[in-house]
Amino acid sequence: MASNVMPSSAADDAAPLLQVRDLVVEIPTRRGTLRPVDGVSFTIRAGEILGVVGESGAGKSITGAAIIGLLERPTRIASGSVTLAGTRIDGLSERELRRVRGARIGTVFQDPSTSLNPLKSIGDQLAETALAHLSVSRAEARQRALQSLIDVGIPAAAERLDAFPHQFSGGMRQRVVIALALIGDPELVIADEPTTALDVSVQAQILTLLRRLCTERGVGVMLVTHDMGVIAETTDRVAVLYAGRVAEIGPTRRVLTDAAHPYTRGLMGSTPDTSPDRDIGDRLVQVPGAMPGLANIPTGCAFHPRCPSAMSICEQREPHTTVLGDSAVRCWLHEDYP
Amino acid sequence: MSGAESSTIDRVPVRDEAGDVLVEVQGLSRRFDVSSAWLNRVVRREDKRILTAVDEVSFSVNRGETYALVGESGSGKSTIAKMVVGLLAPSAGSVRIDGTDPANARPAAMTALRRRIQMIFQDPYASLNPRWRVADIVGEPIRTFGLASGNEVGKRVGELLEQVGLSASDATKYPHEFSGGQRQRIGIARALASEPELIVCDEPTSALDVSVQAQVLNLMRDLQRDLNLTYLFITHDLSVVRFMADTIGVLYLGRLVESAPREALFERPTHPYTRMLLDAAPRLDGFERVHATDGGEVPDPISPPSGCHYHPRCAFRVDKCDQRYPPRRVLGPSEVACFEAERVLDAGAGSG
Repeated sequence: MASNVMPSSAADDAAPLLQVRDLVVEIPTRRGTLRPVDGVSFTIRAGEILGVVGESGAGKSITGAAIIGLLERPTRIASGSVTLAGTRIDGLSERELRRVRGARIGTVFQDPSTSLNPLKSIGDQLAETALAHLSVSRAEARQRALQSLIDVGIPAAAERLDAFPHQFSGGMRQRVVIALALIGDPELVIADEPTTALDVSVQAQILTLLRRLCTERGVGVMLVTHDMGVIAETTDRVAVLYAGRVAEIGPTRRVLTDAAHPYTRGLMGSTPDTSPDRDIGDRLVQVPGAMPGLANIPTGCAFHPRCPSAMSICEQREPHTTVLGDSAVRCWLHEDYP
Repeated sequence: MSGAESSTIDRVPVRDEAGDVLVEVQGLSRRFDVSSAWLNRVVRREDKRILTAVDEVSFSVNRGETYALVGESGSGKSTIAKMVVGLLAPSAGSVRIDGTDPANARPAAMTALRRRIQMIFQDPYASLNPRWRVADIVGEPIRTFGLASGNEVGKRVGELLEQVGLSASDATKYPHEFSGGQRQRIGIARALASEPELIVCDEPTSALDVSVQAQVLNLMRDLQRDLNLTYLFITHDLSVVRFMADTIGVLYLGRLVESAPREALFERPTHPYTRMLLDAAPRLDGFERVHATDGGEVPDPISPPSGCHYHPRCAFRVDKCDQRYPPRRVLGPSEVACFEAERVLDAGAGSG
């Protein structure tokens, strides 16, 4: 219903690498159909990092899973489209999807130990992935495996090629996962909370690495996180998700310093910060309540029961997307209403 | 700050003039035997493997204040919390809470002490009994310590629930009927039920979303002010520490490397590890910020580096750092275990 045309990231001439349009994901249950993703649209350009931020239940991980075709049945894409470099990739068969995953889209998940096979050496896993997605010989695949470990900064990579995942520390393991995501030369990487399980000093290293490799190779990145600080330091643009909808999307600096949506402002205010230039005082901004469950998403704007600026229209009708320069917001404060 | 002379402190960090000390931790250590089974060890000719989780840690907490212990994985922060509340016996050193040592207290003294110390846990799903109603969860400490009886218990439970932002009618519900943030409020109400003076909080908001974390942190500060509570706050999150703590102790591989008032620690860190942590923490205004990370990670705590554990990662390292552990000393408002603390101080708070 809501017209949902997002502004394209910057220059309209270059077609975006990834275009997600009006994506709706549904979970049929006995008590009715749930919609964890409800009309999400965004684009990612080559070499760009789009942050997708939100609290638990916002639909950020499930959006990533929908893009790479990893939704578990009966969860399914009900409508909308996912286009990668001009080709629709929603609705592909499992066989076709396998060719997309790894070769065209790499993935990095939160827990590196679950992304790696504990029974195979790092080198074998990397070489196997290269063989599956690139037309290379075994020897070349092994050479690529070694180079990829060097690229992600594994010390003494040649000696560690035959090591097993358990012989690596948490941070080194996540580096291996990044090597694995990039070895098939993908155009897009989906990184879902890639540093949430890591210590803060390692987090900084991993994010710096991810950013450097993807920018150098022109890989687009969808970085899913709950951490506004990570968004600020790592991403070019950000989409703030709430209850399965994009509340606000735009260039990161602009969205974080001059938020148009009350939820974005609430998130920023409730996040304690270590920045020496920001005084946090003795009270954090409180957004009352919590993210609604999927079974009882409020009518109208899903945020209205928690919103400090809620008006009567907010609970009656869902706001449309309003374009504000290079960003866009879904909020009645920015829209003329009847 | 009378003790401005750069004296070496071996075991006693207590600042004399800081009148009302509630918790005093001295030379606290805890070792765990993580060896393989005896027979395997003999067959494989392995030595015993001892993990020193906490190594000679000393600090004190003033009444009505918040002392935060911050550190990455393996720093020993949760082990210290367990020893402070008496859930784990120290291998060496002592904990004194208002003069009583929980490890060596007589049963009667220990019961009296238990009422005065409570704990809030990280996981609000695991720390509440799913088969108990909220009235029983929050009422149990009241009954156990005989603080009320009969109908008075229910009335008191209702008061406590309202104090933490729930309603008295929630008492009849079960934990699964609440969200994560509400469950943490129930955990706080239970901790308050015995009218404690000290609450040990082990990562109390790490499992919560930021908007809910803000609600819980604000509540904890309000309660501290209203009830004159003392918090020992355990966390890995520097931004939470900055909001909550009066004084902060930084742990690295079981050792307390720096202890300082909040402003000093954030503005003028004196230990290279503190400085690195501050630099690594993401900032909300850190657009295009380049981190000066050291590329290292916390090493295996079973075989930590010699001397100062941090030396292999340290940008300020000098020759003696790998030979002996630097003694703790006073530098301005901070206490620091680093030979080169003056240089760290001069270098300022990170690359910004």
